[in-house]
Amino acid sequence: MPLLQLQNVTLQFGGLTALRDFNFTLESGELVGLIGPNGAGKTTAFNVATGVYRPTAGTIRIAGRAIIGLPPHRINRLGLARTFQNIRLFGGMSVLDNVMVGFTQLLTHGLTQTVLRLPRHLSDVRHCESQAMELLDTFGLADRFEEPAASLAYGDQRRLEIARALATAPKVLLLDEPAAGMNPQEKVELTQLISVLRDRFRVGIWLIEHDMKLVMSICQRVTVLDHGETIAVGPPQSVQENPKVIEAYLGEPMDASGETAALA
Amino acid sequence: MPSSPPDHSPQALSLAPPRIPAWVSNLGLLALLVLLWPLAGALNENLNPYYFQILIIIGINVIMATSLNLINGITGQFSLGHAGFMAVGAYGAGVVFKHYFSAGWSGWTEAGAFLGVLTLGGLLAAGSGLLVGIPTLRLGGDYLAIATLGFGEIIVLVIENTNYIRIPFTKPMPDTAATPPWNVFDIGGASGLHGIPQPQSAHYFFWTYGWVVISVVTIWRLVYSPRGKAFLAVREDEIAARAVGIDTTRQKVLAFILGGFFAGVAGGLSAMWNQNLDPAGFNFMKSIDYVVMVVLGGSGSITGVILAAVVLTWLPEQLRAIQQWRMVIYSLLLIVMMLIRPEGLLGRRELWWTRRRIAPKT
Repeated sequence: MPLLQLQNVTLQFGGLTALRDFNFTLESGELVGLIGPNGAGKTTAFNVATGVYRPTAGTIRIAGRAIIGLPPHRINRLGLARTFQNIRLFGGMSVLDNVMVGFTQLLTHGLTQTVLRLPRHLSDVRHCESQAMELLDTFGLADRFEEPAASLAYGDQRRLEIARALATAPKVLLLDEPAAGMNPQEKVELTQLISVLRDRFRVGIWLIEHDMKLVMSICQRVTVLDHGETIAVGPPQSVQENPKVIEAYLGEPMDASGETAALA
Repeated sequence: MPSSPPDHSPQALSLAPPRIPAWVSNLGLLALLVLLWPLAGALNENLNPYYFQILIIIGINVIMATSLNLINGITGQFSLGHAGFMAVGAYGAGVVFKHYFSAGWSGWTEAGAFLGVLTLGGLLAAGSGLLVGIPTLRLGGDYLAIATLGFGEIIVLVIENTNYIRIPFTKPMPDTAATPPWNVFDIGGASGLHGIPQPQSAHYFFWTYGWVVISVVTIWRLVYSPRGKAFLAVREDEIAARAVGIDTTRQKVLAFILGGFFAGVAGGLSAMWNQNLDPAGFNFMKSIDYVVMVVLGGSGSITGVILAAVVLTWLPEQLRAIQQWRMVIYSLLLIVMMLIRPEGLLGRRELWWTRRRIAPKT
């Protein structure tokens, strides 16, 4: 049974079809890419999977369980965590608190125990704090745990967002353009980090990325979207050579002039 | 970041435990509550009644501002209906206390009944917090502010148009029609509820500040705990909060229920202190007073809001000496304050902050 499965998912906004007959499966430990030109519907696919949008048609299952209609927080608790294209950290909260929020659902004590600071609350806090610090350590952010998240450098913010998503103990991690705005060196480090995460946290990773080098180097399979339609699926190499994909990215070949040759 | 992620060792870095253990702070708070009793007695005997009155109002306002801060400052749900919760608590406690009070009660009975009706007022207000919370949750920002404003006004209007409530079957079935099987609770309508009995004043300081301690400690401990981070997360980014598994709806309702409860208790305290209730006194101007305290103290800062509640209660009293210029000066001070410190007295910081430290490696 696949961890995450989208079957014939279609999403329409009025007359606009943002996603048409989208099919996708992700197994545990897989790293799969989702690419396509701007406005192709990549983030829409993420938003549908995480419950932000309700699809017009189709089914979505996490480990066999249908999730359509569930609110985003319930879907997260079923094991789907994500990051956002435009970073959405809790900017005014500390780096540690950002990750601690992700641990909220692990807490076993209630409000009364929190207010009276009973032993159960205290052991919960210790447990969550040590787990959060461990996680921050993995991302090289542990020594800055008290700084406000908004004060971190851009690349650090992106990594903190991944750490926060992992705090919810997901089975599937959805990364929306994690390398956006990073310099080449940071991208290399991020590429390594992503494959390390997959092995260490045993998550399936679904990745939207514009950086082809990154996608080609770590993804086992790639789905290509254009105008909401799936135009290619397969291993990175074959997708890269698919004429439809080249057309979607570069436009139709022109007949006589030398422009097409220049682009190829 | 290093070119390869650092080794994953469980004890790489860990936080040192808080400097003050939980049982010490719990004992300290208990001692504080016990010490309030002799302090209340001493103040009652020695303090000029005018200052005593100001002290009580400060206590009530601190509870109001702190509980509004939970909704507005910490959870980020801009509410303009806090006086509505206060009205529900004030009338709930005042009406019941007036109905059942008997001059022959012993000190303990009186104290127990007082505590009981305050809790009842709080619970009624918490219930109305639930009622406001659920339909208005889809709203945010200005729209929520207007909806809560409407709630506050509805409460006032309902009270103004209710002279009494008859609650059937609260008395045994009568033999004659002259003694019907219901209790009639006096509400007073637009002319207000008068003649609410007041427990002894020494108790009053104790109960007021006892509730100040309880509400402030409850909200403080909640907000600065792992569970409380969820309130802050809702304020910071609702979409991200949902994506990390937080039921934002539940958090908002919880904020309204808890904030409403303490506002209700504060309302009950004000009802029995003033002994008279005027429904118009709970209109939206009253809500604005508390919003001003929250904004001036620093939305989200518990100590800042307490400070603002104290200053903004005490200042207008001090300005009484300059008579008609009083509100002019007061308003000017608010304007100047907002110009020089738009984020409020303390911003989002607290008056004191225990920095967490990394534990030494073992």
